[in-house]
Amino acid sequence: MTAHLKMDKPDHRHRLDHMAQGVIGQPLDRPEGPLKVTGTATYAHEWQVAGMCHGVLARASGIGPVIRSDAEVVLAMPGVLAVITDERLLRNPAQGTADAAPVQGTDIAAYVGQPVALVVAETFEQARHGAQRLGLIIDVDDMAVTDPETAVLETPKGKQHSQGNLAAAMANAAHSVDVTYRTPAHSSAAMEPHAAIAMWDGDMLTLRGSYQMLKYNRNELADSLGVSPENVRILSPYVGGGFGAKLGIAPEAVAAAIAAQKLGRPVAVALTRQQVFETTMRRSETRQRVRLSLDEGGQLTGIGHDAWVSNLPDESFSEPVTQATRFLYAGDNREIGHHIARVHRTCAGSVRAPGEAVGVTVLENAMDELAHVAGIDPVELRKRNIPDRDPETGKPFSSRRFAEALDRGAERFGWSERRAPGTRREGEWLIGIGMASAARVNALMESKARVTLNPDGRAVVETDMTDIGTGTYAILTQIAAEMLGLPVNQVSTSLGDTDFPSAAGSGGSWGAASSGTSVFLACENLRSQLAQRLDCAEADMTLKDGQAVFDNRVQSLSDILDGDSLTAEGHIEPGATSEAVRQATFGAYFAEVAVSAVTGETRVRRMLGVFSAGRILNAKTARSQFLGGMTFGVGMALTEELVHDPRDGHIVNHDLAEYHLAVNADVPQIEVEFLEERDDWASPLQAKGVGELGICGAAAAITNAIFNATNVRVRDYPATLDKIIAHL
Amino acid sequence: MRPFDYLRAASPDDASAAAAQGATIIAGGTNLLDLMKHEVVAPDTLVDITRLDLGGIEQTDQGLRIGALVTNSDLAADRTVRRDYPVLARALLAGASGQLRNKATTGGNLLQRTRCYYFYDTSTPCNKRDPGSGCAAIGGFNRIHAILGASNHCIATHPSDMAVAMLALRALIEITGAGGDTRTLPLDDLYVLPGDRPDRETVLNPGDLITAVILPPPAGATQIYRKVRDRASYAFALVSVACVLDLQDGKIAQASLAFGGLAPRPWSAKALNDMMLGETPSDALFERVADHLLAKAKGQGSNDFKIPLARRTLIAVLHEAVERAQP
Repeated sequence: MTAHLKMDKPDHRHRLDHMAQGVIGQPLDRPEGPLKVTGTATYAHEWQVAGMCHGVLARASGIGPVIRSDAEVVLAMPGVLAVITDERLLRNPAQGTADAAPVQGTDIAAYVGQPVALVVAETFEQARHGAQRLGLIIDVDDMAVTDPETAVLETPKGKQHSQGNLAAAMANAAHSVDVTYRTPAHSSAAMEPHAAIAMWDGDMLTLRGSYQMLKYNRNELADSLGVSPENVRILSPYVGGGFGAKLGIAPEAVAAAIAAQKLGRPVAVALTRQQVFETTMRRSETRQRVRLSLDEGGQLTGIGHDAWVSNLPDESFSEPVTQATRFLYAGDNREIGHHIARVHRTCAGSVRAPGEAVGVTVLENAMDELAHVAGIDPVELRKRNIPDRDPETGKPFSSRRFAEALDRGAERFGWSERRAPGTRREGEWLIGIGMASAARVNALMESKARVTLNPDGRAVVETDMTDIGTGTYAILTQIAAEMLGLPVNQVSTSLGDTDFPSAAGSGGSWGAASSGTSVFLACENLRSQLAQRLDCAEADMTLKDGQAVFDNRVQSLSDILDGDSLTAEGHIEPGATSEAVRQATFGAYFAEVAVSAVTGETRVRRMLGVFSAGRILNAKTARSQFLGGMTFGVGMALTEELVHDPRDGHIVNHDLAEYHLAVNADVPQIEVEFLEERDDWASPLQAKGVGELGICGAAAAITNAIFNATNVRVRDYPATLDKIIAHL
Repeated sequence: MRPFDYLRAASPDDASAAAAQGATIIAGGTNLLDLMKHEVVAPDTLVDITRLDLGGIEQTDQGLRIGALVTNSDLAADRTVRRDYPVLARALLAGASGQLRNKATTGGNLLQRTRCYYFYDTSTPCNKRDPGSGCAAIGGFNRIHAILGASNHCIATHPSDMAVAMLALRALIEITGAGGDTRTLPLDDLYVLPGDRPDRETVLNPGDLITAVILPPPAGATQIYRKVRDRASYAFALVSVACVLDLQDGKIAQASLAFGGLAPRPWSAKALNDMMLGETPSDALFERVADHLLAKAKGQGSNDFKIPLARRTLIAVLHEAVERAQP
């Protein structure tokens, strides 16, 4: 039985609120948590497969045509089985939802670090030694452009927008700012390096890997290999962090599959930490110019946001910096600019909230600058400029408790105690507080799941959805438990297998609402099947604790099933509600910092986020998502920067020692609060995405607090001490 | 990683003999194993000294004798060290992570290699790794690099916090040579500047084994270790200052400064200390000390900020030391 829904109209029923089990929204522990903390959740590269050998990718040390020299030397080394330079090897991972192979080939290195060969050996150590020894002669192209500032720019027509007359608005403004900020490149830097084990059985490939979107990844892998998707199965039940880096199939998977086929043995390929930095997606550096004009009454009359980003010459993705600028604030005169520099650097792709993470951050810095020059409280300035409708399209917002988030955050944080910039000091420490708005687009994606009620009354959820540390196992279990009236320990959820119905995957914050809805639909169908057996209307039947209550009678599910099992597949597709309204999530961040007047070191003392993001499916895992997002916000504000060598663009700080993510000592007390919300347009769950909202502006609250503490504006992220002491 | 032979030393002499024949000594391995995985170094033979009796912290006539195999964790937690040499305990705890400190040893810490990005990247030139090949850090990204003591051949910094504090405490090191003889050397004399041979970092000869560090009897003065870095922990120093200072009758009676993050070696200068002795603390004095420290400082681009940062940090540390040393 398939229950299909195209989301063409809002669902005002709020069915989850009317169920009896009472588990939805509860802070349920992750069902797989004990496996993970005891080391018994087996991640891709940890499988011990009989006869398995190991491959290590060899990298290009320069840009240009690759002339291989001494594969025969490496082949003669102990344990080495093969040196593979197959033209199907990937230049870089597929972009998220690509659904087809990315650029392939090993003849030309488009960037330093590109994988151009695979050395396979009996042991990992032998393979790594072989890959390091492999002499690859590159005919280095000295003309290859690696600096975005000197590169050819593309200005795609479809990515520009203009309405009204911004120049006139700026000229006539009572107050205005015209500021340029820069954000550096970022790496996803997931804990688990990319890894794959490929096994062929005849012409059937099974790949254990670490990927976020298996439906697409299967097609991308098949297309890369030139085989049918039906012959490919991918297993990713556990993913040790993705953050965008595992959206698309990546070089290790295709290399492992090619090698396994060639050798007739299972082959494992894991990226080294350095390779993760060099060969998986980076977030593009950005240069952003923001123009804001304000009238005497504190109303925005104009918003301009121009972004310069970069990518390899033939990549379609470009960091969608201005995505939320288009709807966050009012203003009749608007300009959006988007320019792409074509550079020979590591491929740019989706990393932790592409667009808003850097775009809202800079917009929120500019708003802080505007509030300062206009003499308006930053919270008040934002509240005055919340638009009634999407200012570009005139569409209504689906749900939005943005103003309440600003008010609630200000109250809880003690915003009224904020003082003039540079006026609060404790010993050598300059103290300041800052705030910023949060905003992120919301999307629903096609997704399927199968739910089976077994004769014993237990339910099984199956979908190829992934859990990348986000809590998918927990929330799908909760949705099924709520809908079927089962204690959560009577529901088991299996994920990450392309043999299961195909899901939306984890990315773009859409996973929970999309795959959750597919489970919801399957469960609604099962409820109907149960009601049919009871000869009552589904709505008249209450399911709770494994029992059905109807017509003043009580019957256990196992009695109703009477030895049968019932199955239903849920299938959600986005529909007219995606276009009819503006769907987004909102919030407000507040931060307090202390900046050393001696060294310029900044320490974040406390942070608060208040969010309006639809129904919260699990208070614990959602909170963890926001803690993670805001923690990455701390890093983005203060330390995180992927450094490209000025000469050949290679990534200089390609490990976790020198790529400075925030560590425990950098992260203060962070508090998270959700505003109760139901978004009827977003999904039948009334839930929206929460995975990325925590980083969509968080860094600006910190850098705005630095200004409040020191009177210093750092417009070049991250706000490292050198950029502050220069002005102290 | 290149295949290698593994020997377990039965005695210090055994280790020295193996090292004299080209073996590389391994203790905690927290740095060496990384270097080997990346093939920055590729020893044919490792000689493991971790089973030797080179541990223990004991009072001797010369001072506090710290065995070369005492881990950074144990040393930082030692009651005597915390009481009498707090600058050392603080420096140790400012370094690395708990896991690394549990493995890293006293002798190994002194001899750890630079964290220059280019030293670790074997596809780039590096005179320290591959003499004569050039220095990619010059003209590259050099945020963590040296402003003092560097050369046109190498601008790498020494990464240790522990050694900086030991230098300020005027530590001695005890060395067993290949012939079985034992000698002591001021820590200050261990390191050499890169000049045109950045691959040579110390005066140690093949077969030399550091067996202990000796801290002279406690100074009883105010001791401060201040480390400035890009994040709150788990990062190497951009600038660090170790300060041992005492006042008598309002004048500086004892002063010993050492610096990390500035140079290819833990940095100190006797003249800096001497210029403070007998002086009344003042802004002008501290400015002069900073001027002297940084007289020959040279930025490389991305690390230019270290010059003002070192000045500000040094002066703040001196002020703090004087304040705390007031009776």
